[in-house]
Amino acid sequence: MIAFLLKRTANAAFVMLAVAFLAFLIFRSFGDPVEMMVNEQATQAERAELRERLGLNDGFLTQYIRFVTNAVQGDFGISYRNQQDVMVLIAERLPATFELVLVATVISLVVGIPLGVFTAVHRNSRLADALQLTSIVGVSLPSFVVGILLILAFSVTLGWLPAFGRGETVDIGWWSTGLLTPSGRAALVLPAISLATFQITLVMRLVRAEMLETLRTDYVKFARARGVPRARVHWIHALRNCLMPVITLTGMQIGNLIAFALVTETVFQWPGMGLLFIQAVTFVDIPVMAAYLMLVSFIFVVLNTIVDVTYAWVDPRLRDDTAAAGGANG
Amino acid sequence: MTDTVLDVRDLRVEFPTRRGVLTALDGVSLSIRRGEILGVVGESGAGKSMTGMAILGLLEPPGRIAGGEIHLSGDRIDTLSESEMEQVRGRRIGAIFQDPLTSLNPLFRVGDQLIETIRLHTDLTRDQAGQRALGLLREVGIPAPEDRMNSFPHQFSGGMRQRVVIALALCAEPELIVADEPTTALDVSIQAQITALLRQLCTERGTAVMLVTHDMGVIAETADRVAVMYAGRLVETGPVDDVVRRPQHPYTAGLMGSIPGLRSDVEELSMIPGSMPRLDAIPPGCAFNPRCDKAGPRCRREAPRITGEGAACWLAMEGSTA
Repeated sequence: MIAFLLKRTANAAFVMLAVAFLAFLIFRSFGDPVEMMVNEQATQAERAELRERLGLNDGFLTQYIRFVTNAVQGDFGISYRNQQDVMVLIAERLPATFELVLVATVISLVVGIPLGVFTAVHRNSRLADALQLTSIVGVSLPSFVVGILLILAFSVTLGWLPAFGRGETVDIGWWSTGLLTPSGRAALVLPAISLATFQITLVMRLVRAEMLETLRTDYVKFARARGVPRARVHWIHALRNCLMPVITLTGMQIGNLIAFALVTETVFQWPGMGLLFIQAVTFVDIPVMAAYLMLVSFIFVVLNTIVDVTYAWVDPRLRDDTAAAGGANG
Repeated sequence: MTDTVLDVRDLRVEFPTRRGVLTALDGVSLSIRRGEILGVVGESGAGKSMTGMAILGLLEPPGRIAGGEIHLSGDRIDTLSESEMEQVRGRRIGAIFQDPLTSLNPLFRVGDQLIETIRLHTDLTRDQAGQRALGLLREVGIPAPEDRMNSFPHQFSGGMRQRVVIALALCAEPELIVADEPTTALDVSIQAQITALLRQLCTERGTAVMLVTHDMGVIAETADRVAVMYAGRLVETGPVDDVVRRPQHPYTAGLMGSIPGLRSDVEELSMIPGSMPRLDAIPPGCAFNPRCDKAGPRCRREAPRITGEGAACWLAMEGSTA
């Protein structure tokens, strides 16, 4: 298991180096940072001095190594737009996005898995058919439409929930959370549902397909023959065998959700990283964009690694050590 | 008849399909006594496994029991509700399936699967159930059972897995074990061990065993009595020696003739011409009549039935040409 972990971590590190290279290229190819930072009256000498200070006269490789070294320490430079440390800007926005994505993921699993099991087990019932049909709508509606419809229904017409912002937040260290205040929780509901809609149907359809497969297996039939009650067979024996792809999907999708949160955050004016990125794009604020790219990739890579490790945990056959034991006894 | 464990009377299983109702089992009657092994033999599709599944109440929908009765030690079980049947399966009837590689849930430890089954059917605590599970693994001949409790199914060989499956079937000391092709997926050398184990458990515990197989060799070695099935009907039943040595039904005779024997001087194996009819094309009269070289007019008109021992053949029943 330890060898497996080391191998996976090394892979992850390599991927991050490649991403850093891409982010670095963006840095270099989007015009001259000096031109964007100095004012128009600056003299040639001042510009040269700044160029030297930023290390732009060094060789390509030296600059890349410096970029990576700084990035590893969380230093992505200064935002062109508001002259603040990029990492500080992102750190302020990260909790908002993270909480949104987390809640959306939990919603999609808590709703999607039972729906998937239900539609598989009762595959010939009217209700299951209706759910299947509804799920197609869920997949086809773009998330900004869902967001706008939710706002229209629950904020404008019914007035139950806020349509924008994050509500009150509480600071725990550097992390600001909206989960501890009533207005923070209320503000989270609509964006989270809007972000989760697509996920719910994805999880539901995946679980359904996997369950249909699993229900046909001998060990499900044998579990029934052992006298295991039907519900226990479905929800424990069969469902666990379906979770592998669900874990993969969820893991991968958390990355996607962070990226997609951009749309939801714009619709709901949610003060997260996505909104920050949109603003950065408008002002060609390259350090912010590069840092966002690095961070999102980092999250993707970490999630993929966690998914692989979780696989090994859920499915004993993938563990290196037990596979060896199996070979010895096979 | 107090020691009759399983009593199946005139069982009929139907599958409603779009093109009409298919009769998968027709008039099947069987009985097994305590400590007896009944071999159920026939070609694939003859309805052997389906008989086992009908007894377990695990027919795949839309298949259903359309007639007849199933009694387990005097209690009628074919009319029980699903939740009542859950109390019978695993507790009073144990099951062994064909492929030990797929019968065990790959994601649960062998010990946990045993403990789960034991605790479903008894009031034992987890620790007590663990002790019982260990005892069962030892009884079915798994070496170092203490270590194997924590192993996953993929860490066992095929033969060892089938022993685990047998241990699972024994968890609640059932009166009856339905063993559906328990040796078919195993190597020949392992087959003998598994049948010997079944035989031994049957003798020691007095469990009745319904041994479903297409392998006459396994039946001849293991079973006390044999029931031969053809096209969803019972063709012949009787003590294994009689049926093997003096088959009365032409189909049984053909089946015996097609077993290769080691000491046999006969060069060629006999074979039965033609093939078993599909369920939607079973001929009127005796289902075997189109392939039977002795068939007379009555064989094409009326279906012969047996309820006790004997051969479902007009020739054998009337002792003359039909």
